[in-house]
Amino acid sequence: METDWSVIFDYLPALLAGAKTTVYITILGLVGGMVLGTLAGLMRAYGGWLLNAIAFVYIEAIRGTPIVVQVMFLYFALPVLADIRIDPMSAAILAIVVNAGAYIAEIVRGAFLSISKGLTEAGLAIGLPHWKVLLYIVGPLAFRRLIPPLGNQFIVSLKDTSLFIVIGVGELTRTGQEIMASNFRAVEIWTAVAIIYLIMTGTLTLILRVTEKRMRIL
Amino acid sequence: MSIIEFRQTSKHFGPLKVLDHVDLSIDEGQVVVLIGPSGSGKSTLLRCINGLETITGGDLIVDGLSVTGGKKQLREIRREAGMVFQQFNLFPQLTALENVAFGPRKVRKLSKEQAEEVAIDLLDKVGLAEKAGHYPAELSGGQQQRVAIARALAVKPKVMLFDEPTSALDPELKQEVLNVMRQLATEGMTMVVVTHEMSFAKQVGTRLIFMEHGKIAVDGHPREVIDTPPNDRMKDFLQHVE
Repeated sequence: METDWSVIFDYLPALLAGAKTTVYITILGLVGGMVLGTLAGLMRAYGGWLLNAIAFVYIEAIRGTPIVVQVMFLYFALPVLADIRIDPMSAAILAIVVNAGAYIAEIVRGAFLSISKGLTEAGLAIGLPHWKVLLYIVGPLAFRRLIPPLGNQFIVSLKDTSLFIVIGVGELTRTGQEIMASNFRAVEIWTAVAIIYLIMTGTLTLILRVTEKRMRIL
Repeated sequence: MSIIEFRQTSKHFGPLKVLDHVDLSIDEGQVVVLIGPSGSGKSTLLRCINGLETITGGDLIVDGLSVTGGKKQLREIRREAGMVFQQFNLFPQLTALENVAFGPRKVRKLSKEQAEEVAIDLLDKVGLAEKAGHYPAELSGGQQQRVAIARALAVKPKVMLFDEPTSALDPELKQEVLNVMRQLATEGMTMVVVTHEMSFAKQVGTRLIFMEHGKIAVDGHPREVIDTPPNDRMKDFLQHVE
């Protein structure tokens, strides 16, 4: 079979719809992952032994298991275990939230703990409560150091959405797979899919670069 | 009237005894210079006063409040006891002006304008009004330390604690910091200073304390005890410092 690149254009609307779903899952998943990750990271860095232990177990459980297993668990095992039934889309978003959250927690913890202890002491010494020292002094400094590793995680999470093919979410990879199954144009379709992923991750990288440049890393 | 009072104060780091049943009363207006070999407990003694180190035995009263009285009380103590660190510890994301205005704004709850007014006055006092818009990274070590002094003063403390304020500075930069401290002393500020600057101790100090093994070994008038050390250990120490 000869390659015929024009077929890409016939299927472009379908592929872009898939890409839209990918972006949708990624954005919602990462927003949730940031909230969960920041919380878990701060619990690890500053929580008492109980909060620390809870965050530790969460992080290790998630980092120690594949994301495919996690989403399968959410989608297939949870209904059996707890009688909670969720649709594939919600399972996909939740999987990114929980999975990215664990990695972001470690990034947040590392960034906060990398800020010199002397600055915390200086803040405490003028009579601020610890949480305000974290909010006004350590947080803004840690945030700058957060951006590069966070960018990494965003890209990983975006690509991880392709694994949700296993629960039938119509994201980009799944869409490519379905088109492939109908016309067997493997070279054209998978090339197009790869390029669309590159455009998405490239855009993400660009946004992070600009953010990083705007902020002086201290 | 005593503003800082150690009562049989002890501090342990695990099995290590850093402060060993210290009794010490510091009066308002005194300039107390703390000296001693490394590990003798002088920095720990200073850091216990504003609760950056937690005491493990006895009591410690600052401006009528015990450092063991809980977080809120500790914050009140910290507002009355400003601290200057060896490593300056200025907030790097803030300008000199913002560093100094930070305490008045966030701790004393002044408006932005009022806080900046206070900050400008204090920067002027330490001779750095024209550096108000500079970030710490753009200032020399001596300038950073003077901003740090202004930052501590901005909260309007009754006592100033100095933890080796000139030890991280080149010799030619030490003097500008010591001059600011001297000026503070003449204005009647109560000061507790950990330092190795013996000439400063003699000229500015009203009281000198030599510490050894977590205890106060010598307590006297700076000029007298430096010129004629009352024990061999202190004589030995002074020879190494000068």
